[in-house]
Amino acid sequence: MNVPTMAEMMAQGKQPEVLFWVGCAGSFDDRAKKITKAFVKILQKSNVDFAVLGTEESCSGDPAKRAGNEFLFQMQAMTNIQVLNAYEVKTIVTACPHCFNTLKNEYPELGGNYQVMHHTEFLKKLLDDGRLTIEGGQFKGKRITFHDPCYLGRANKIYEAPRELIQKLEVELLEMKRCKSNALCCGAGGAQMFKEAEKGKKEIFIERTEEALSTQPDIVATGCPFCNTMITDGVKNKEKEGSVKVLDIAELIANASDL
Amino acid sequence: MHYLPNIIFATILVVGIGFFVQNIKKIIRNIKLGKSINRSDNAQARLKNMALIALGQSKMVKRPVAGILHILVYAGFIIINIEVIEIIIDGLFGTHRILSFAGGFYSFLIGTFEILAVLVFASVIIFWMRRMVLQIPRFWNKEMKGWPKNDALNILYFEMILMSLFLVMNASDYSLQQLDVDHYIKAGSFPVSHFIATWLPQNIPFLEILERTTWWLHIVGILIFLNYLYYSKHLHILLAFPNTYFANLNPKGKFNNLEAVTNEVKLMLDPNTDPYAAPAENATPPEKFGASDVFDLSWVQLLNAYTCTECGRCTSVCPANITGKELSPRAIMMKTRDRLEEVGKNINLNKEFKPDNKQLLNDYILPEELWACTSCNACVEACPVNIDPLSIIIDMRRYLVMEQSAAPQELNMMMTNIENNGAPWQFNQMDRLNWREE
Ligand code: SF4
Ligand code: SF4
Repeated sequence: MNVPTMAEMMAQGKQPEVLFWVGCAGSFDDRAKKITKAFVKILQKSNVDFAVLGTEESCSGDPAKRAGNEFLFQMQAMTNIQVLNAYEVKTIVTACPHCFNTLKNEYPELGGNYQVMHHTEFLKKLLDDGRLTIEGGQFKGKRITFHDPCYLGRANKIYEAPRELIQKLEVELLEMKRCKSNALCCGAGGAQMFKEAEKGKKEIFIERTEEALSTQPDIVATGCPFCNTMITDGVKNKEKEGSVKVLDIAELIANASDL
Repeated sequence: MHYLPNIIFATILVVGIGFFVQNIKKIIRNIKLGKSINRSDNAQARLKNMALIALGQSKMVKRPVAGILHILVYAGFIIINIEVIEIIIDGLFGTHRILSFAGGFYSFLIGTFEILAVLVFASVIIFWMRRMVLQIPRFWNKEMKGWPKNDALNILYFEMILMSLFLVMNASDYSLQQLDVDHYIKAGSFPVSHFIATWLPQNIPFLEILERTTWWLHIVGILIFLNYLYYSKHLHILLAFPNTYFANLNPKGKFNNLEAVTNEVKLMLDPNTDPYAAPAENATPPEKFGASDVFDLSWVQLLNAYTCTECGRCTSVCPANITGKELSPRAIMMKTRDRLEEVGKNINLNKEFKPDNKQLLNDYILPEELWACTSCNACVEACPVNIDPLSIIIDMRRYLVMEQSAAPQELNMMMTNIENNGAPWQFNQMDRLNWREE
């Protein structure tokens, strides 16, 4: 793919409109890389002038902070801020709600002030500005339920942008009983992604997947690479991977237009 | 001897209110044991929160049945207690129904109080049934055994008794008024108690004794209730106001950045500092990171602990608790309060805190609880009085990780990876852009 880095842009004396913050999952995790590429395809189709940091990007520090390691978090944050400020970055978009929340809310006090957007907000804006058209394509008429990521929803009160995008696909949007501000976590947040759960009677991702499946969906839509992993595991555990797909909103939009 | 009742009344009143003031002072002293945190900004937004959430109970009605019943009990209880003003004046000066000069308005008030009293009584019965008959699960979690369960029931019984006393008092008064007994001037309207009056024997000495007894029990009951608050989750009827006022106004996802850490990290990243320099002579000892005891929490977190109503709405939406983990955000708040109370008693006894070889961590809250949290903020969202259990969990994790290096092994690996290669997994930083070529 033709994706410029900030360094390459700078060498040509150019300043992109927006920085795409890929995040660790989006860079390294095989499943999440597909989301990254889908999002890039939409950006390219909409002629968005963007760049990535590439090897100059480093973990936002979110999992360290939620685990209680404030030192490591601030080391990561300040290192990233040095890079971002050196490139005079103004606007950042990311497909990871954890990076989004950390960059948007926790970096400013440490000297990093940017306009930070989650990719669903950014896509919604492209749509409103007439730069992006969304069609139903292969998803027309499908039953889709959306799982609210905690760090997008409750943490930052973004509930509508993802839903408006999904509805543009001419699908049937189904709500789970626990949705929006009452949504149940997928179980990955707060650094849980990186450890076994404490002992209990059930896994959180199973509880949430059961709820998603109870809406009888064709697709469970997500807006977070970690939620995506958890729900995908849940669907496999319930042996439903043949009939129910777990897809990020960026993938839905890109696939609908056969990008 | 004629003034004996007035003197007894004044004494009871002074003692009752005196004890209450003492208790409030203790609570304020204990809350002040917490670390400072600035919540003096944005008074307008704070007042609005207090008006909507504490006074208007906007978060209560998210569960409509409990919410509406609660508003009835709360509004009813407060409005009926306007009556206490009259009781106090009558008690001190030996008058009877002193405010009755207000005529029609007085009748309107008394009538309203009576109807509210019945509604409160009925709501309290439904509350009791939800707990004891329907056994709604959030009232039966394991932290609700013993005192917390009895406390909740005590209050319900108490309200039933107070409302009954009020109505029987009015019924006997009404009968005495009808019998043209001296002193019992015709005042007030009694839409409810005139029914009760029909069951009472129309015997003047009996009615007089009944009226006096219920009158005295009513006021004594209210004073007992006032003093019971300190030992009860019912402190929330007072503390909900400051608690919603001082609550966090930032987006829920924003965790505070520890300033002490910022200073050290800046030094570490500054190429001009000499890593081998000896610490300055009079350098202040490094601050403790995170929280292992109530002293390390902020005063807002301690205020949270005293405000908790033990309703369990937080726990009933907590993904960890729902799936059977040890963690219960309500228990986090209850344990914090228990420890704070223990520290308070220690101070009462010794004039200052004498180390007792105990702390909030391990003696009350176990690491297993702390590590089960997904930081999903569901508890914070659900709390009807804006309590933030998550902030305590994170502060205690900070202590475990930064002071004790006691994170679970897998998390240590995750953190080592971030340190070494800038990602929580073992990938090479140089491969970060590989997806572009794949
Ligand atoms: S933030 Fe933690 S304690 Fe609160 S509901 Fe979520 S998992 Fe439970
Ligand atoms: S923290 Fe809030 S929601 Fe939880 S039990 Fe206490 S008052 Fe209820």
